[in-house]
Formats: sequence, structure tokens, C-alpha cells
Amino acid sequence: MSEGCSITVNGKPVRVAAGTSVAAALMNCGEPCRFSVSGGARGPLCGMGICMECRAMVDGIPHRRTCQLICAAGMEVVTG
Amino acid sequence: MTASFDVVVVGAGPGGMAAATVAAEAGCRVCLLDDNAGPGGQIWRGFCTETARKFPHGSSFARWAQRLERSGCQAWQGWHAIDQPGAGLLRLERAGEHRDVGYGSLIVATGARERFLPFPGWTLPGVMGTGGLQALVKSGLNARGKRVVVAGSGPLLLAVGAGLASAGARVEGIYEQAPLARLAGFGLTLLGQPGKLLEGARYRLKTLRSAYRTGSWVVGAEGRGHVEHVTLTDGSSDWTVECDWLGCGFHLVPDLELPRLLGCRIAGGLVAVDGMQQSSVPGVACVGELTGIGGLDKALVEGQIAGFAAAGRRAEALALEPRRKRLQQFAERLERAFSLREELRKLATAETLICRCEDVAFAALEGCAGWRQARLYTRCGMGACQGRVCGAATEFLFGWENATARPPVFPAAVSTLAAGSAEETMHR
Repeated sequence: MSEGCSITVNGKPVRVAAGTSVAAALMNCGEPCRFSVSGGARGPLCGMGICMECRAMVDGIPHRRTCQLICAAGMEVVTG
Repeated sequence: MTASFDVVVVGAGPGGMAAATVAAEAGCRVCLLDDNAGPGGQIWRGFCTETARKFPHGSSFARWAQRLERSGCQAWQGWHAIDQPGAGLLRLERAGEHRDVGYGSLIVATGARERFLPFPGWTLPGVMGTGGLQALVKSGLNARGKRVVVAGSGPLLLAVGAGLASAGARVEGIYEQAPLARLAGFGLTLLGQPGKLLEGARYRLKTLRSAYRTGSWVVGAEGRGHVEHVTLTDGSSDWTVECDWLGCGFHLVPDLELPRLLGCRIAGGLVAVDGMQQSSVPGVACVGELTGIGGLDKALVEGQIAGFAAAGRRAEALALEPRRKRLQQFAERLERAFSLREELRKLATAETLICRCEDVAFAALEGCAGWRQARLYTRCGMGACQGRVCGAATEFLFGWENATARPPVFPAAVSTLAAGSAEETMHR
């Protein structure tokens, strides 16, 4: 098993274990994924790509379902 | 360019893996596509990671994964099937890029999702589905030392409680809404399937330090910016449990968006299929949770039947018929045992959000005549999840049927939607 990698979350470097999803990484550092249309902080709900609550910007692409995305070295994640 | 296969399978959970494997072993050119990073679906999710191996069912995954790999099937991971741009054609998208795939036979194995019911505080970060929490922990969410409440309904609760305990969480309690008498009756029907009883007993052994209560349910979650405690009830008294996470899901509902888009006949909330798993649409088979929530064994058997049928191996498919029948009866018994109690319709208050994408509160929906009116007047179900969460909730709360599926069945980039079909491109 590989050693894991580093990603950035809102510009801050974060070390993650191999195979970690971006949604799990965000929860591990206590970051909500997005804010709802009326401003409520939201985190992952379904964990399996259907509820869309874990959407975040990843490497410049908005609205990625972070629970279906595995962390890769150097990945840049921006929440909100 | 459009790649074409004899058989395309959508969904790489147990049903899809079994279908793709037997069809490819029988000599078909098969493509198995899935929207996750690896095969396994939710039950076998991520068995390449250390934590996931602490959850049940890992060994059967290893056997099927090995067979799939040797079968010569092409596995496309990370792709969502979003539309049907022409006959025998699916449009796929992955991170903004798109492609079309052609098929002779299509086997749909899109599985199920949790049924979520709204209660005050259910939108707080830290409140997740039961299966959702399990999926996140399997994919690297660190559960060590976390205080967790597991609630809702279904056989998943005990399995998830056991998995979380193995992953180092402190499971503060497991709360099942179904009454004990109904569950005991269900248990008796399992005497002929001691494997299932043993499985349940093993999960309970792993969670002996946690309270397990039937006939009780969550009425609210509270906390500042994150769940801090949940309030539960057994109908006569309420109590509060402090926790870091709440996993709360009410059994499962099938992911019918793609079968609906393809025009498959739906009856009683499930895809109607014949003994060979064929839907009402010629060339389209549906397997696993789509035809009845029955879990791993049912998905494996139905997947094999559809795979054999697609390869013209009717005799081998027919040989599985008795097992299929038994497992479908099991699915029907599950449905009855974990049917939802009336009190759950009363959990949401006027301010409770029902549609989490568009932040539509219960009060805004009360006067609506149905799903369509709710969409038009309040935007309920019009957001990014396309009603996948609030659709099942409003069906339970108001009796609304959400029978439409419009392309794209998952949110897609404009460039994907604007691309012509493969044939159009060729004629241009």
C-alpha cells in the first residue's frame, strides 16, 4: 500500500492516507463542503454520489462530487 | 468516437460485476461502467483501503474482483451515464469530458440509495446517512474515538454499527424504528437461512458495548455549526445522546432514474422484470436493488442471470431461478419488516428544510397538490440532486409520486449536453 499524499484545502496543505476520498479528507480537517442557497454550512450526507451536498471545487472544476473522488498528490480543493 | 460493445453494464456493484463477468466469460465484448473510482459498489466499496477491510463482506469482493479482471471485460470507472442520445447508445460524462458508448444489450445495475427523512437539524454537518457514514469511513474518514449514534431503519444499522466499532468509533447507540415484535417475526422467517441470522448475531457481538433499541427513532439533532447531540424517542419518553456524528437512514430505495429514462416499466416502486431480468424495454435488463431491495446475494444471482441471458446461455440462467425466487421473497420480507411507522411523518416542523438543494421548508410544501406543483411553485426537487433526496421524502410525507426522469439524469457540463449524437457527427 502506498504512503498517501498531500493535497491543499483552501490553500492549506493537508496530508491524507492512500485511498482517501476528498469528502473524507474535508471532514477529517473539519471543513464544511459548501454553503446552501440560504447560507447553511453543509457536509456530506449520502457518501455515495447522489445527494450533491459534498460538492466543492477541485483543481479548478466546480461542483465535483468529492465523495466519489480519491485524493491525488497536489490536488487543490476549494470549499464553499 | 463511439465505442461499441455486445453488452454494456451500468453500475459496478455486486450485480453489475456478476453480470459483466459471466457475459465476458461467455465470450461477449463487455464494458462495465461506474461513477466511482473503483468497482465494488457501496457494499464492497473501496476494499483496496485498510479501513474498508474491517467491514464485512470483503472476501466475496476479492473473489468476484479477480474473476472480473480475468474475464476480459473493460471497466470504465468514474463515468456517469447521463443520457440516451440515440437507440442503443448511452452518453457518459467524467469530470467535464464526455463520450458515447453503444450496446447490443444493456444491463442496468445502478443499485439503491438511502431513504432520508427530514427532521429538525438533519442538515447540520455531521448528520449523515447510515450507509453514508459507512461509505465515508471506508474511504478514509477517521472514526477513531468518535462518538456515533446510528439510527433509522433496516438491516444496515447493525452492520454499520459493527463496522464503525471495528474502525475505532464509540458507537453510543443503535436505534431502529421498527418495533421489536415485527423484527422478531422477521427473525423467525430467517430460520431457514441460518447464514443471515449468524451475520446479524456477529454484528451484534461487535456492538455489545452499545445500546440497541427497537421501536425508537431520532426526533432532532442539535449543535452549533455541527451536530453535538441528538434527541431520540420511543413514543412515550424522549432522551438525549451526545455525539460527534449521527448516521441516520431509513432503509433503501432503488436508483430508478436511468431505468425511467430508458422507458422501463416501473411497478410498486421497482423495475418490473421477467425471469431473465428483462425489463419492458427490449434489450434492457435490470438487476439487484432495482427489482427489490434484497442485498448482496440477490444482486449476485440476478446479475449472473442477466449476464447469461445477454450471452444467450439461457440454460445456465434458468438454473439460478430457484435461488432468485428465494432471494426475492427475502426482499419482500425485508420490506415488510422495516416498513416505516406513522410517527415519522410528523418529525419535520414548519421550518425544517425538505429540499436541501434549494432550501425549501416543510411549510412551503404543505399546500402543494403534488410533486409537479411543488417543483413549479417552490423549486423543491429542482436542484443539483434532482429530487434524489427530497423525492423519496415527499413520497413518504405527502404521498407524491415522482415518476419523471429527464436527461441529463446527473448534472452535466454544457459541452456534454451540446454535443450531437455520434451519428449526427458522422453525417455532418
